[in-house]
Amino acid sequence: MRLRYIFLAFSFWIGCAYAVEPDEILADPALEARARVISKDLRCLVCQNESIDESNASLARDLRLLVRERLVMGESNKEVLDFVVTRYGEFALLRPQTKGSNVILWVAGPVMLLLALLIAFAYIRSRQAQVNSAASNALNEDEKERLDKILEQTNLE
Amino acid sequence: MISELGHFALTLAFFVACIQCVVPLIGAMTGRAALMALAAPAASAHFFLILGSFLALMHAFVTSDFTVRLVALNSHSLKPMIYKISGVWGNHEGSMLLWVLILALFGACAGWFGSNLTQSFRARVLAVQGAISVAFLAFILLTSNPFLRLVVPPFDGQDLNPLLQDPGLAFHPPFLYLGYVGLSMAFSFAVAALLEGRVDAAWARWVRPWTLAAWIFLTIGIALGSWWAYYELGWGGFWFWDPVENASFMPWLLAAALLHSAIVVEKRESLKSWTILLAILAFGFSLIGTFIVRSGVLTSVHAFANDPERGVFILIILAIFIGGALTLFAARASAMQARGAFSMVSRETALVLNNILLAVSALVVFVGTIWPLLAEMMFDRKLSVGPPFFNLAFTPFMIALGIAMPIGAMIPWKRGVVMRPVKRLLPVFVVALAAAGLIWAMQSGKSLQGPIGLFLGTWMVGGAITDLVSRLGKERDYSRLLRLPRSDWGKSVAHSGLGVTMFAVAGLMIWQQEDIRIVAPGETWSVGAYTFTLQDVSNVNGPNYRAVRGDVALEHKGRFITTLHPEKRFYPIANMPTTEAAIDYRFLRDVYLVLGDQQENGAWTLRTYIKPLTNWIWAGAFLMALGGGLSLTDRRFRVAAGARRKAPVATKNAPAE
Repeated sequence: MRLRYIFLAFSFWIGCAYAVEPDEILADPALEARARVISKDLRCLVCQNESIDESNASLARDLRLLVRERLVMGESNKEVLDFVVTRYGEFALLRPQTKGSNVILWVAGPVMLLLALLIAFAYIRSRQAQVNSAASNALNEDEKERLDKILEQTNLE
Repeated sequence: MISELGHFALTLAFFVACIQCVVPLIGAMTGRAALMALAAPAASAHFFLILGSFLALMHAFVTSDFTVRLVALNSHSLKPMIYKISGVWGNHEGSMLLWVLILALFGACAGWFGSNLTQSFRARVLAVQGAISVAFLAFILLTSNPFLRLVVPPFDGQDLNPLLQDPGLAFHPPFLYLGYVGLSMAFSFAVAALLEGRVDAAWARWVRPWTLAAWIFLTIGIALGSWWAYYELGWGGFWFWDPVENASFMPWLLAAALLHSAIVVEKRESLKSWTILLAILAFGFSLIGTFIVRSGVLTSVHAFANDPERGVFILIILAIFIGGALTLFAARASAMQARGAFSMVSRETALVLNNILLAVSALVVFVGTIWPLLAEMMFDRKLSVGPPFFNLAFTPFMIALGIAMPIGAMIPWKRGVVMRPVKRLLPVFVVALAAAGLIWAMQSGKSLQGPIGLFLGTWMVGGAITDLVSRLGKERDYSRLLRLPRSDWGKSVAHSGLGVTMFAVAGLMIWQQEDIRIVAPGETWSVGAYTFTLQDVSNVNGPNYRAVRGDVALEHKGRFITTLHPEKRFYPIANMPTTEAAIDYRFLRDVYLVLGDQQENGAWTLRTYIKPLTNWIWAGAFLMALGGGLSLTDRRFRVAAGARRKAPVATKNAPAE
């Protein structure tokens, strides 16, 4: 945690982020485009919540060059990301992995939505039941007969 | 001397808040009118004391009184006057003072304009407001006193963070706080209703305008912050899913849900306990936001207070208020009997769906924001949750919301048929689909984002217009359009605002063009249909900074448009460089130019972005706020407030006899 506070001091440099420098750009536009995609998923390790694509920290620049180096070596996007993770840990990933406890994070949204929809459905059903019972407040045959009898009696009296 | 008076006023405000909290509550519980009557004057006194304290601090900033520690740390005698003033809340202590000032203002407003509430209810509302104030005043006085003096004052101050020296950011915090703290009214009303054990249409009619006002301020505050990030941070992003941004976004989503569910309470007396819960949660998330920003527990660019002691204090406040309110809710919620019945296809159901989507999406943002903390504490994993997660997990909710909104907005109350609004909306649907198809065909099948964004934008704006037109009745008498209730206009304007923003976000993400290159003075380059010439790079001096400024001529298809001046600034006192992007704002696109570093051969790095539809993002936010404003001035709030004033006056006089 202490480290993070020190990073905060650096993070004020974010204000002048210049990101990708011209000399880093790969000659092959297809590879460069892939490098940009990968860069957006990798965190600048000394910044707060910034991808290496946006950051001008020197470590981010090193990572950008590393990504491009691995791409030129012919690795796939996934292999490059895996390499960065083995080197810097999953802290470097801006898109958290779907493994282990992170499953909770990824399914939280859909599960909560499903739960909420179920509860709402049950609630609205109960409200609807009231609509129906309000409709059935109209007298049924038995009740009508009884009412008629009562009215008759009162008329007789 | 004035600073000491400010400190004294703040301490006095603390004790007045204690009285405002305790005495009216006892009065309401024992039914003693004299004690309850104390609430409103106490709230006024409380407000004016904090105002005095705030003005004293402002005086210290304006006169550059560097014997005050806060001024010495955050100001400088050469700083322009507007930033001397905004510097008051550009730091932890001052921003907390602004926070309680706004809290007291809302409390005082409930005292001044709340004469149409029953006396016991108003006393309870003001007591809860007082309690919140007590907690935060104690926080300020004990952990973040803004009036501390320095024994040896410095010759000059250390200057405000240059990033914050900007007109957009000068007014971003006050708006945001008006929103955050405005939700305290919804909270106080909810707690007071739980204490009284009664929620009815009149309650909702009171809560809704306050929530609406808070939501409008939040909308403006968030839009200002996002606009600032766009032009100031230097790469043209407008939303980063930064913890501090999320902290303001979650209350916004919940406030949006709350002001919709309050409509159901007002019109149909249903969803009462849910609305109460939302009111508690919305303010709860405001407090969580305050905690996140102030404690620095999820450190980010914005966190200027990195002090665990303060964090724990706010956490305790959060636990007491939200825990207490939720306990009260659990005990009393069953007393809120829902009255109105409705069927599966009805406006009520549509608003329930709206609430589900907004509330669950807020929770998704919440889980994503605190997950790094949870994962580290519970699973010992150090990980990051960044924009890719939020884009993936949050966007589907907004798409669902966008699709459902036009239909839901047109289904009648109580019992409706889904086919009728669908039939009315069919032309809009076809147009939206055609527009999306056209884009899909034009962009050679790259991505779905653009077509979906355009479809949603057209569908939502068209749907909002259809909704308005359908109000004109069969004769299509367009002269009636202006005579429609303002709440109808507000609804349509706000809904189309959301559509515009969604479309703009999708458009910007898809059609942005970017170019990075090294340019020597005199050289020309082009991006898209635009041609740029770097004419000159020169040194310039500002009031408290030095700058390198480029002059770049911008041409479109050979026609000169303007000269852009991107700058690199250096603030020597704060020892900090910043970039000032040069932006040519136009209706359909922005041209965004950033000057980078000088290369060894004397040439400069230049970044050029063509950003289509950017202004539409904030135009959409403005439309949302405008819609909220129109709805706020609806006749039923203006007239109902006046009409009902007479009745409670009679009851108020009754005990006096």
